[in-house]
Amino acid sequence: MRDLRVALAQIRPRLGDVAHNLATHLDYADRAANAGCNIVVFPEQSLTGYFLSDLVADVAVPRDDASLAPILDASRDIDIVFGFVERTADHRFVPAAACASGGRLLHVHQKVYLVTYGLFDEARDLAPGRHVRAFDTAHGRHAMLICEDLWHPTSAALAAADGADVIFGLSSSPGRGVGGGASELGSAETWHALNRLYAQMLVCYMVHVNRVGFEDGVNFWGGSEVVAPDGTCLARAPDFEEALVVADLPDSRLRRQRTRLPLRRDENPELVSREFARIAAERRDGLHD
Amino acid sequence: MASTTEASLQSRARHGLRLDAALAEQILVRFIADAISKFGFARAVVNTSGGIDSALTCALAARALGPQNVLALMLPYRTSNPSSRGDAETLIQALGVKSQVVDVSAAVDGYLDELDDDTTPLRRGNVMARTRMIAAYDQSLAFDALVVGTSNKTELLLGYGTLHGDMASAVNPIGDLYKTQVRQLAAALNLPASILEKPPSADLWQGQSDEDELGFTYGLADEVLYLLIDEWHTADEIVAGGYDAALVAEIRRRVRQTQYKRRPPVIAKLSDRTIDRDFRYPRDWGR
Repeated sequence: MRDLRVALAQIRPRLGDVAHNLATHLDYADRAANAGCNIVVFPEQSLTGYFLSDLVADVAVPRDDASLAPILDASRDIDIVFGFVERTADHRFVPAAACASGGRLLHVHQKVYLVTYGLFDEARDLAPGRHVRAFDTAHGRHAMLICEDLWHPTSAALAAADGADVIFGLSSSPGRGVGGGASELGSAETWHALNRLYAQMLVCYMVHVNRVGFEDGVNFWGGSEVVAPDGTCLARAPDFEEALVVADLPDSRLRRQRTRLPLRRDENPELVSREFARIAAERRDGLHD
Repeated sequence: MASTTEASLQSRARHGLRLDAALAEQILVRFIADAISKFGFARAVVNTSGGIDSALTCALAARALGPQNVLALMLPYRTSNPSSRGDAETLIQALGVKSQVVDVSAAVDGYLDELDDDTTPLRRGNVMARTRMIAAYDQSLAFDALVVGTSNKTELLLGYGTLHGDMASAVNPIGDLYKTQVRQLAAALNLPASILEKPPSADLWQGQSDEDELGFTYGLADEVLYLLIDEWHTADEIVAGGYDAALVAEIRRRVRQTQYKRRPPVIAKLSDRTIDRDFRYPRDWGR
């Protein structure tokens, strides 16, 4: 990868107010570009807000919709990773992360794991994506994953196996768990552990951007961070506050850690795909019931 | 083996109920500011009884909005315990919030005197609670404020409150805190000792005690509710863990019996899109 300066845009989107949120994106992108960043990363559904329910139908747009043009224009100055809800040609609504660069969409990741338990009800309103892919940028090969995708370690493992040197995780993670004498939110503790685990075990940079603010009484805790391949937290945004945090991701740190710990070299996709193919076939045939 | 299970279940409940007070305060203060400002308001009205729930709510609102933007309403009835009023005044003094006293005796008695039948203490208590609701909402218009509610998670789950009375509010910061946790947070915020230490009472009639009326202590109820609800334990597991079977059954019965009090009025479905069933827009729509 090339040395990368990344900006974490920890914003507070307004629920269903796309015009307001778009203006926020342009403002943060401008500030990040002025800070010499190569890329600015926004949270999950940063253009729309998160707990949409029936609002999904009002805010979802095709990926080539004219309403996204201002972001494409701004991406001539800085790459922009943002979250929205995509309306597909056959009228499904899919939560998506897009990377805009040089005036066009370089890649779109559709969330593969919808979350439908506890306080979440995504599968009622949304359809899942079907692919996990890394993609090439001017600064190296990256991947985008969305929130619940990262609660399935296989998603991160696929992104890394596909060559991602930086994984961008976009989240709308609600804060919960203030009991048990913990010193931080239960959800924050889990995310920090996940980010560190992925960065170290997949030997890559982990860039996790979570939002802040409230929706219908639910708080989003922020705490966006960058974790280096050796597990060091390079930058962390404050909890609960809007923030633009800048971090440098040098290639040398990646090179040195991969030299020390060549886990990626020893990864065995043939073995994994063979065993997963067997397990998938057995499940299809009901052998695991 | 049984004693090991008992110790572990009870200690897990007590551990789980232990609150990170600083973190909870931070979230709740931000919540109040957010929920009120989103709808174009900057002020709050809190019915302040002198009890710990309204004291905590008032303190959180004062931190969120500034004490000058919080109106603590004291609404005594002629049989109210004078010490309740004293505790409320101590709190108001300590927080520096605005306050107003409206004696609701004439309003409550004016209605009750029109009735031919004998009322019960429960009916009279409900009339008092609903009269106080009228006062809170009336004053919220005069003060350009939203009503901030004071029902905690234990009361809400047990249905131990008056629907459209003390349960009525626009914004409730403490509805996800068990009584045990209300006490911890109130202590962390250094609320007056007399409020922290006195036995809980709705003070709807003389000598009323929440725990006598319920038949169990809040401490015990919170442990059972925490295990049932937060930890997904079955009643059998909780009883096997050393809790009294009749108590566990009574708490489960109360939660189930009062479910209607925690939901909006049920709407008879006729169309394809019925409010709150398949017309589902968030409260914070566009905010």
